[in-house]
Amino acid sequence: MADGSLIELTRSEIRTELEGGVDEAVRRAKVDPLAADELDHLLAIFASPARFTAVDIGDEVMLSFDGTGAAQFDRIAGLLLYEQCLASDSLELFHQDYSYKAVKTLVPHEQAAMKEAQERLTIPVHYGAQPDLGRYSEPDGPCRNWSTLLPELRIDEARTAQEEAMELATADMVHVAEALWEAGADGVNFDTAGAAGDADLLATLRAVETLRSRHPDMGIMVGMAAERVLGTHGELEFHGMRVAGRWPAGQQELVQQAGATIYGPAVNVNTGRSLAWNTSRALTLVKPCVAGARIPVHMNVGMGVGGVPMAMVPPVDAVSRVSKATVEVLRLDGL
Amino acid sequence: MPVAHGVAAGMGGMRASGDLVARLQMARGMRLAEAKAYVADRLGVAEGDLSDCAAMQEVRGDLGLGRIADGEAPRPFDPSPAEAKAAISRLLELPINSVERRRVHGAA
Repeated sequence: MADGSLIELTRSEIRTELEGGVDEAVRRAKVDPLAADELDHLLAIFASPARFTAVDIGDEVMLSFDGTGAAQFDRIAGLLLYEQCLASDSLELFHQDYSYKAVKTLVPHEQAAMKEAQERLTIPVHYGAQPDLGRYSEPDGPCRNWSTLLPELRIDEARTAQEEAMELATADMVHVAEALWEAGADGVNFDTAGAAGDADLLATLRAVETLRSRHPDMGIMVGMAAERVLGTHGELEFHGMRVAGRWPAGQQELVQQAGATIYGPAVNVNTGRSLAWNTSRALTLVKPCVAGARIPVHMNVGMGVGGVPMAMVPPVDAVSRVSKATVEVLRLDGL
Repeated sequence: MPVAHGVAAGMGGMRASGDLVARLQMARGMRLAEAKAYVADRLGVAEGDLSDCAAMQEVRGDLGLGRIADGEAPRPFDPSPAEAKAAISRLLELPINSVERRRVHGAA
């Protein structure tokens, strides 16, 4: 199950779960269903009694991360552990308060950590945090709180508050990203973009566009918060394209246009449904954005997204089934 | 979870060529097939070798691209991370930010 618990299903029950997930995605997002051979392949993956599964030799993909390290070690030692013992392809240096607004206040410390990381590690190390637009609203920030204004139907005031917050958030993201770039980072990651809705994503896109214009070689990853962008503002556009309401293919269009080098779609799991149901639903939603992409697509498959169970210690059979399913059915560029 | 994903689908980082493919995806926005082909061409190996850790450890050693440190077989003359990244930058013809910064600061 997508809460991490173990259940037993027959082959035909698994097939029903897979078809149910596809149907749900088609119904909600008006996308095409998975093909019959893709469903057959998923059935083989999910009906396997093996404790662990993996992609075929030669089909490996690049792994990028949102947050690497281990609580048992200091941050740089944690990164070394990932490089030397876990053989990671790339790494992310991050601060516990995973927000660009919070990081701005201690950015020289983060620069020092990045410089040390770059001295001690060979594989790419980027810096990551969240756009986290909500932090700019009262009581944590200077802008009026649109979450309290909206239920009172003070729509114009809520929109104005979000527009003010966007200006501040974009400036903070650019400031922190440039500071870490100056310290030697291989790139930046805007993680859970759109978590606070369309204004959150637009603030990120504007930051990406500014950074790209100033730093042509900067790696820029945008990982989403959810499968659909909430219209918390509702009227925002990026280069004439409405931001709210976009599913993965539409999100990717914006991220690509802004100048990012990697796009990470996120599909949240339903913890009351099975792993097979959640994975087939996620694959169906993400599939339309893979074929026509001009930049790599790294599907988010961390805890609670992409089909991976919402559990602090997700079972390895579940994680590896999702790994194999996403790579082999979608032909992704990475995870 | 990162271990499971890495073993199930990852390119193996410095054990193989995952970091090299990663650099091209991140900095150039190259899609996977293009990035793998580019790296294989630059290394002078077949694409199938890119995730073969036995083949890649030899290639990385010959080209000075950095290898996983092994307590049982120390390699005292392998390049430092900075030296390895400079070699990777030359090989891939790809500017690496930390390498460029060292040059600017007179350290390389």
